[in-house]
Amino acid sequence: MHGTITDIHTDDALRQRLQALGFRSGKDIEIIRKAIFGGPVQVRIGTTDILLRQTEAALIEVRTE
Amino acid sequence: MKRIALLGMPNTGKSTLFNRLTGGAARVGNWPGITVELLTGKILLGGDMVEIIDLPGIYDIHGFSEDEQVVRHFLHDNVPDLAIVVLNATQIERQLSLLLQLKQLNLNMVVLLNMADEAKKFGITIDGDKMAELLGMPIHLISAKYGQGHVEAMQAITKAVRYPTPGMAEALRTQLEQDAHIEHEMTRVLSGAVQVPARLSDTRTDKLDSLMLHPWLGLPIFFGIMYLLFQGIFFFGQPLQGGVADLLGWLRKTVLDPACAGLPTWMSGLLLDGIYNGVATVAAFVPIIILFFLFMAIVEDTGYLSRAAFLMDALMAKMGLDGRSFVMLLMGFGCNVPALMGTRVMRSRSLRMLSMLVIPFSLCSARLQVFVFITAALFSPKHAPLVLFSLYLFSFAAAILTALLFKRQFANTEPFVLELPPYRFPTGRQMLLRGWHEVTHFLRRASQFIIAGVVLVWLLTNLPPSAEPASANTLAGMIGAWLHPLFAPIGINEQLTIALIFGFVAKEIVIGSLAVIYGMSGDALGGALGQQLDWVQAYSFMLFTLIYTPCLSTIATLRNESKNNGFTALALAWSLALAWLVSFLFYQGARALGY
Repeated sequence: MHGTITDIHTDDALRQRLQALGFRSGKDIEIIRKAIFGGPVQVRIGTTDILLRQTEAALIEVRTE
Repeated sequence: MKRIALLGMPNTGKSTLFNRLTGGAARVGNWPGITVELLTGKILLGGDMVEIIDLPGIYDIHGFSEDEQVVRHFLHDNVPDLAIVVLNATQIERQLSLLLQLKQLNLNMVVLLNMADEAKKFGITIDGDKMAELLGMPIHLISAKYGQGHVEAMQAITKAVRYPTPGMAEALRTQLEQDAHIEHEMTRVLSGAVQVPARLSDTRTDKLDSLMLHPWLGLPIFFGIMYLLFQGIFFFGQPLQGGVADLLGWLRKTVLDPACAGLPTWMSGLLLDGIYNGVATVAAFVPIIILFFLFMAIVEDTGYLSRAAFLMDALMAKMGLDGRSFVMLLMGFGCNVPALMGTRVMRSRSLRMLSMLVIPFSLCSARLQVFVFITAALFSPKHAPLVLFSLYLFSFAAAILTALLFKRQFANTEPFVLELPPYRFPTGRQMLLRGWHEVTHFLRRASQFIIAGVVLVWLLTNLPPSAEPASANTLAGMIGAWLHPLFAPIGINEQLTIALIFGFVAKEIVIGSLAVIYGMSGDALGGALGQQLDWVQAYSFMLFTLIYTPCLSTIATLRNESKNNGFTALALAWSLALAWLVSFLFYQGARALGY
């Protein structure tokens, strides 16, 4: 699933960390896969793959075309 | 002496470069302003000796993880003459932010774009000269792993280190809070010098991941890999171990026995039955240790550990831990000490404490020695690998039980965010360096703990002089008898009790001290144990060895990392209590079932 990040609704500390990993408004993001048992999701931003839990992923607002 | 600091994000190959620069001749050192130890090495550069310091990988110079603070404090109190900034060329678009942050500090810098070979495979073209011009600093494309670009980079470093460093700005933090400016700079440089294909994927990594991270197959594959790994260690390691043991035995018979014939009995006893037998029995394990770390290095260097974190995170979350705790638990199978130090990446203190509480249950390579020896002596070659594997399962079970019991005391809401690197091929050079490092580490421990340990065991089993060696009248016999009421219910005899006491210092001593207590080494010792113990007693002994405190170094690290005596005492007391309880349940249960 493809989309564009529109907003990041986390606290400041996590936002800073996510930004360092390439999460920014306007960036393209792709969901690659989800782990079983409600585990983390693997997303791709540019050339970087990142794992994050679904609770954190839910705080990232994405617009899909 | 001039000082060069290595800076960069995690997963940039910084440590590989460090090893290449120093040729593996590194040592740990203390620095003003920080409490953690850093790897440093001295090398000859353009006729002068310079000191290179490998700083922890960071994402953000004004971040607040421990590593980021360590780097900041280090730079503040030990201004380097030159900073080598290592960037991962395949991720240049997001690593550039760190470089621009560092540029604002007015550090004297040389920039190395590492993994240039991998970037090329991705289709990323980087115009190094153009980029150097836009940034106004020297930039070199290299491959730390294969050594490409190394010569040119060394020339640039030699040249740059001669220039004096502009003073490190005191107002470091305020300077760095200019994210907007950095973002602007990033776009300028990226659009000017780097072309990245719109959708970039290493198809082989993706294909492999669709199997390795498969929703249903991923976990079985993971456990399959682990099982094969430990089978492999046993399969390849045991013949090697036997060979080394035979060699050392032959050396004693043909060289040392005749050479010591003229010495007084007590002295040749101390030298041969004490030090030589003890150290030789332990030294026979060097091949197994090397194999173990080589296999671990493969798992680690290929990038599979992050995949393991992905697969296991949901299960670990139920225990109040996360995928990273699981990775550290796996690292603990090598040695608990670096695994405990690795928890520094966790920001939540309670998550860190809970992880540190479970890591000492990881069956480390030192405990593996004990188990390999005992299983070989007590079990058939067909059953031995299974027995060993069952101990790994017990190791996991002890960690899981501990996490479940203590997760409410160490509740956390730490977000789990982790980068997934592409698969990489480990190179022979890296593996050799790793193996060499482990051997030297082992020899250091041998000279510190093992020799002192076996000498002490020999004294305890030979004093007072009037007593028959290793009999009930010696000091060791008295201690064993005194502790007997505690260890009898779990099937551990007096000789093994002494070995366990010394195992508290380091597990490497356990087999060495048994060799001294029984006055034999190698196969003869195995035979004696096989005669004296049945498999239930041996397994109970191994369970106790597995679960109780790993070694003094682990306790010291727990104390250093947690900065909390109460926590250290809890970790110590809980592991001893759990060890006794598990051995008790197993021993009495097996006896009740008629075994």
